[in-house]
Amino acid sequence: MERSSLDLWVGLFVCAGIAALLILALKVGNAGNTLSGPTYEVTAQFDNIGGLKPRAPVKSAGVVVGRVASISFDSERFAAKVVLRIDQDYKFPKDTTAAILTSGLLGEQYVGLDAGGDSANLANGDTLKLTQSAVVLEKLISQFLYSKAAEGGDAKK
Amino acid sequence: MFNRLAHLDVRNIGHHTVESLYRLGYWTRFFALTLLHSGPSFARPRLILRELYFTGVLSLIIILVSGLFVGMVLGLQGYETLQTYGSESALGVLVALSLVRELGPVVSALLFASRAGSAMTAEIGLMKATEQLAAMEMMAVDPIARVVAPRFWAGVFSMPLLAALFSAMGVFGGYLVGVVMIGVDEGSFWSQMQSAVDVRDDILNGVIKSCVFGIAVTTIALFEGYDAPPTAEGVSGATTRTVVTSSLVILGLDFLLTSFMFRGV
Repeated sequence: MERSSLDLWVGLFVCAGIAALLILALKVGNAGNTLSGPTYEVTAQFDNIGGLKPRAPVKSAGVVVGRVASISFDSERFAAKVVLRIDQDYKFPKDTTAAILTSGLLGEQYVGLDAGGDSANLANGDTLKLTQSAVVLEKLISQFLYSKAAEGGDAKK
Repeated sequence: MFNRLAHLDVRNIGHHTVESLYRLGYWTRFFALTLLHSGPSFARPRLILRELYFTGVLSLIIILVSGLFVGMVLGLQGYETLQTYGSESALGVLVALSLVRELGPVVSALLFASRAGSAMTAEIGLMKATEQLAAMEMMAVDPIARVVAPRFWAGVFSMPLLAALFSAMGVFGGYLVGVVMIGVDEGSFWSQMQSAVDVRDDILNGVIKSCVFGIAVTTIALFEGYDAPPTAEGVSGATTRTVVTSSLVILGLDFLLTSFMFRGV
């Protein structure tokens, strides 16, 4: 079987196509910065998760240390059960608190971890005791309006 | 008089319905036969290679150039809209997601249908009109295994590669307009894009889409050629039908696939 210039062109075409797929995966997609190493999972219960989605980042001091693995509804406690998958390299004390925060005013929501002072570290399957729910803008506004109305009532008396 | 015309119309509708059912059945049989008889074409990869050159390599220029321009337009229009909300840093997300999820597979499949699909139909239709296919059968060479199957596999294989090249070129076009020309911050352009585009949910689903489009376009093109009336008029009609039918099928399938893939993501 002799070689021809056809082979060269088809080879170039296939190489370019695969290169484009790799560029899409590595440069455009998030294949380069997903957690690849070993991880451990901890659970956190929130009264309200707002707009948190699976695969949202878990950050501590602004650094991404993990991802949200799954979100489900706990029908016994009537609360949201969020499973966090954290990189094995990052150890957190047992009394770490979790809060749902928003990056920027309209940005995506993420889980923020604040380390506590316990000497024992979180292990796979542990539950975070202290959590802070997402800020719901409507509740905040209605609270503000109520307090304003109350102030106004006091002033009249 | 009016009554007779209406009568004729009704008869025409019935005729067309039955005719398209026949063609749909024949198309299904043709598709199954192509899959069944593709063994010999894998035994002779040179045949597939030759078709890869004609369908893939020769479609490269139109795919790359239109990808670049589509990306540039997305960058320009996206910037205009996002700027109103002060979130022009999300330009990268907009360009990348719309290309990888929708425009890449769909537009490259439409271009592929008109560039390579119409050529396939015309070639096979002419082979039939000049009785080359009949001659092959006389020599106990199966025309489906020798002519149709290699073209089918070449089309199915080159479609995802072309769509990936289109998307990559489009992202580059969006980068050129957004970052280089307009001056959106380069870091947030890429980092927001990377945090929003998921390899499995977005890129892999786009590749699956373009594979499905590749199968649809090539089978329609090959079938129209194989089924074309063996006249000059018949071949030209078949070529037109290839482009029209495959464009409609691509857009319809795209809606179906999108509603399966991106539900609630």
